[in-house]
Amino acid sequence: MAGIIGYGAYVPRHRIKVEEIAKVWGTDAESYKRGLMLKEKSVPAPDQDTITMSVEAARNAVKRAGIDPELIEAVYVGSESHPYAVKPSGTVVSEAVGTTRNVHCADFEFACKAGSEAMFICIGLVDGGSIKYGLAIGADTSQGAPGDALEYSAAAGAAAFIFGKEDGVAKVLCTHTFMTDTPDFWRREYEYYPRHGGRFTGEQAYFRHISTAASQMMDKMKMKPEDFSYAVFHQPNGKFPMKVGEMLGFKRGQLEAGWLSPTLGNTYSGSSPMGLTAILDVAKPGEKILMTSFGSGAGSDGFIFEVTKDIQKSRNAAAKTREQLDKKTYVDYGVYAKFRGKIRKAS
Amino acid sequence: MREVAVLGIGMSEWGELWKKPLRQIFVDAASAAIADAGVDKIDSMYVGCMTSGLFVGQEHLASMLSDYLGVSSIPACRVESACASAGVAFRLGYVEVASGVSDIVLVGGVEKMTDVGGDGATFALATAADQEYEVYHGVTFPGLYAMVANEHMDRFGTTREQLAHVAVKNHKHGSMNPRAQYPFEVTVEGVLKSVLVADPLRILDCSPITDGAAAAVLCPLGLAKKLSKKPLVKITGSGHATDTIALHDRDDITEFAATKRAAEKAYKMAGVGPADIDFAEVHDCFTIAEICVIEALGFAERGKGGEAAESGATALGGPIPINTSGGLKSKGHPVGATGIAQIVELTEQLRGESGKRQVKGAKRGLAQNMGGTGGSTTVHILEVA
Repeated sequence: MAGIIGYGAYVPRHRIKVEEIAKVWGTDAESYKRGLMLKEKSVPAPDQDTITMSVEAARNAVKRAGIDPELIEAVYVGSESHPYAVKPSGTVVSEAVGTTRNVHCADFEFACKAGSEAMFICIGLVDGGSIKYGLAIGADTSQGAPGDALEYSAAAGAAAFIFGKEDGVAKVLCTHTFMTDTPDFWRREYEYYPRHGGRFTGEQAYFRHISTAASQMMDKMKMKPEDFSYAVFHQPNGKFPMKVGEMLGFKRGQLEAGWLSPTLGNTYSGSSPMGLTAILDVAKPGEKILMTSFGSGAGSDGFIFEVTKDIQKSRNAAAKTREQLDKKTYVDYGVYAKFRGKIRKAS
Repeated sequence: MREVAVLGIGMSEWGELWKKPLRQIFVDAASAAIADAGVDKIDSMYVGCMTSGLFVGQEHLASMLSDYLGVSSIPACRVESACASAGVAFRLGYVEVASGVSDIVLVGGVEKMTDVGGDGATFALATAADQEYEVYHGVTFPGLYAMVANEHMDRFGTTREQLAHVAVKNHKHGSMNPRAQYPFEVTVEGVLKSVLVADPLRILDCSPITDGAAAAVLCPLGLAKKLSKKPLVKITGSGHATDTIALHDRDDITEFAATKRAAEKAYKMAGVGPADIDFAEVHDCFTIAEICVIEALGFAERGKGGEAAESGATALGGPIPINTSGGLKSKGHPVGATGIAQIVELTEQLRGESGKRQVKGAKRGLAQNMGGTGGSTTVHILEVA
């Protein structure tokens, strides 16, 4: 099967603390910190969007891959915050990264699993022999309505992966997917903020799809949680990925390396892919990684990777994910509201 | 008036029933009650439901539910009295059998609350308060009961911890009830640290949002003796009273006058007093509600309801166990079904079928079901026949 030839992440510099949001809305910050295990989240600056963050992450992936970007024959950007409703993000990213002009390019949307969809399809095209290298990106500047529970978690970030026929830094051992028609979270055309089904988004949506996809995938491969050094799941908050991991039989030690949400927030399409980049930053050759995304609507994509010896020389070619996470500038709610377009300067 | 027995009881699963529509939830409970009664026909039915129109967009409920139960030709009537809907449905069924109009009457209650979000549920529930004078000004039910709690604390010295003890006790009881929505125990500290909803009430002072249904089959006691091999349970007291719907129209917001009046009627009819009751199910929609209600029912002295919870007097094994089912707090509170679920608990206790939470030697139980902040209340006394 295909392998990850290069990977990269991008985390914006700005952060806002849960207390700062809670202060404005008169809510109990402690309940979010304790109940959802969230401390702070990333905030995109006014000149940052899905396209700019995708480019940053993709350039990091190209640096690690050490290939001529002209060899990339597919570019897929998964996001639910593409800057344009009509006009692809992928064309801008492709030109900025410097891929061939004979590149197959598409934007994907499947709520929070659009990034893993891009990965899934690149792996398929590489395995099928249609392309030599494919670039898959998950990126979002997630929207959370002012005062909604989502505002405490909706964050920004991107992850990019280049897949090729070689084993690269991690071999793909398996892909798997599980999907149902489950209306847990949606945003209709012309609406700025998504709506969600409250508690319905938990058991019936997130937990059902991730646990089913991950357990079916392990059954398919005759593998058990103890066969993996790491596992990473979609991270809508700090609590859910740890809970679903425990439900599946993983231990905290297997989950922590990719668990970014307490200080990153939910980067939607970038969420579990960014967790995977943080794992690749620390994993050793031979270690196996299980990743399962989740997208509302709803579905989960699962992947099993085995890290190769090439990881050690590759990982230092670009900024590591947690290094980016540690570089931060806090903003207050006023600046955050301006950055996110919640308030606008009079013209 | 004929003596009336509770011949059969049934409950649906309770909880967040995402995959079941209201009609299925009701049919699950009604079928279980009919099977438990062992009857092959029912003469009429009353269904308690607070606001299916707002929760699932369905009115004309009794006809729909009788149809889905497979008894569509019988007289069927939906009863609405906010959270006391099922208690009133039970009383109407009782009156119909006692009067001789019908022999076998199905009484039930149902609510499907999770098809709307939190704001939708808050709005729907608030329709049980006075829209013009309470709700339009921003008051919600937790807010109204918080006012009662603050007044009770100011006047009687009831403590924040005593409120928590009500939740601790009911969750302990609920942990022994396989049908409880939240069958876990909580601690006083856990309650005090839970999310603040309306000062002083915290989330663990509040009953949850629940989908569920409960049903009972009533018939004349004489007929029950012929039909049933199970220990017989009869209705010996029935009281129903109303009060002002708006809290501010009351002389004393900590004294639930409708509960007091309904209890007086039920006690008088049964020829008993509070000291003769072995256990009770009461309307603990908020922890403060249980405190005020047990005072109104005469199980605790005025102002001492909090102490009763703290001392263990109202716990299983105490002199007057309250909410052995876990109450609304732990068992769940599908608003239109709660009144009949209380009857289910009473009947099981009196039959000796309550397992780990069985009240030893239970011969007489009381159920108190309340709408709004006590604008309507029913009290029923059931005894071993």
